[in-house]
Amino acid sequence: MKKLSSLLCIFLLGFSLASQAKVESREFANEQMEEDYNTLVAELRCLVCQNQNLADSNAELAQDMRSKVYSMLNEGKSKTEIADFMVARYGDFVLYRPPVKSSTFMLWFGPFIFLLIGAVIAISYVRRQSGSEQSGVDTQTRKRAHSLLDDE
Amino acid sequence: MARYVLLIGFFIFVGVFALVLDRMGKGEYNPRDIPTEFIGKPAPQIHVPRLFDAGKTVNTDQLRGQYWLFNIWGTWCPECWREHAFLNELKKAGVPIIGLNWRDERSEAIAMLNQLGNPFVEIGFDPDSSVAMDWGVYGAPETFLIDTQGVVIAKHAGGLNPDIWQKKFAAYFERNAGSEQAQ
Repeated sequence: MKKLSSLLCIFLLGFSLASQAKVESREFANEQMEEDYNTLVAELRCLVCQNQNLADSNAELAQDMRSKVYSMLNEGKSKTEIADFMVARYGDFVLYRPPVKSSTFMLWFGPFIFLLIGAVIAISYVRRQSGSEQSGVDTQTRKRAHSLLDDE
Repeated sequence: MARYVLLIGFFIFVGVFALVLDRMGKGEYNPRDIPTEFIGKPAPQIHVPRLFDAGKTVNTDQLRGQYWLFNIWGTWCPECWREHAFLNELKKAGVPIIGLNWRDERSEAIAMLNQLGNPFVEIGFDPDSSVAMDWGVYGAPETFLIDTQGVVIAKHAGGLNPDIWQKKFAAYFERNAGSEQAQ
C-alpha cells in the first residue's frame, strides 16, 4: 500500500512537471511589450491541445503561434490587432474569452440556464416531499388531534 | 405528472447522447473540429518557396478558372501517409492539388514523395507555419476546395477517402470536368 502511494506520488510529480511547457527565452524592447506578450499567449487558445492556452502548450503549432505573436509585437502591432489577426484565421474559438454574441450565447449563459433548471427541479422535489407528508394525515385524524390538544 | 416530464427529459438526454456518440464513431462528427473562417472568402496567398525548387514560390494563378484542392500534409502525420494513395487517384482523375508541406524536413518530405508518388501540381514548403496560420490550419491533413474564382468553398479536416470525397467534393468536379471522376 505504501509502495503504491509513493508510486502515485512519483507519477503525479512527473505529471505536474510535464505540464509546464518549455518557455522560449525572448527579449523584449520594453516592459509594456512583455506584458502584452504574456497577456496574449495566456488568452489565445492552443488549437491542437484545446484545453491549454498558448503559454502552457508545447504543441508545435502553439510554438509557431507564440513566435507570430512575438514578431507582430516587434513590428509594432497592438494587442487588439494581433488578437484580430488570430480571430480572422481561427475564429472566436481561438480566444479564451470569446465576445458575447448570438453564436456564443450558450457558451456564456448555458451553465446558468442549467443551474436554473436544476434549482427548479430541486425546489419542486422538496416541495412535493413536504407536501406528501401533510397529505399523509387525513382531515379526520387531524380534527381528532386538534380536539385532543384543545382538551388539555 | 412532474415525474413523467423528468423521465421524458431523461430519455431525450440519453437519446441525444447516443446520437452524438454514434456520429462520432462513424467519423461524421468531431467535437474538436473548428469551423473554418474561410468558406466564401478569397483563398489566402500561398507565399512560400516550393519544396522541390526553393528558388521559386508557389503560383496558383495557373489554376484560375478551375476547381482545385489545397492539401496540408507532413511526413510526421500518419493520416497523411494513409490518405496519400487516394490523392494519387485524384491526380489520375485530373483533380489539380496544391500541396503544403507543413513543419517538416525538406529531405524527408521529398523522400516520402519518391516512395509514394507525387499527387501535387506544386508544393509549398512551410516549416514555420506561416502559410498554415494564414489558412487557419490546426492539424494535418486538411484539405480545402477552391472554386474557379479563387474562393474557398469547402474544407475537410482529416484524411480524404472515397466516402468523404463523394459527400463533400465530388459534385464540383463532376460538374467541372464532365466524365473525369475519381474512383
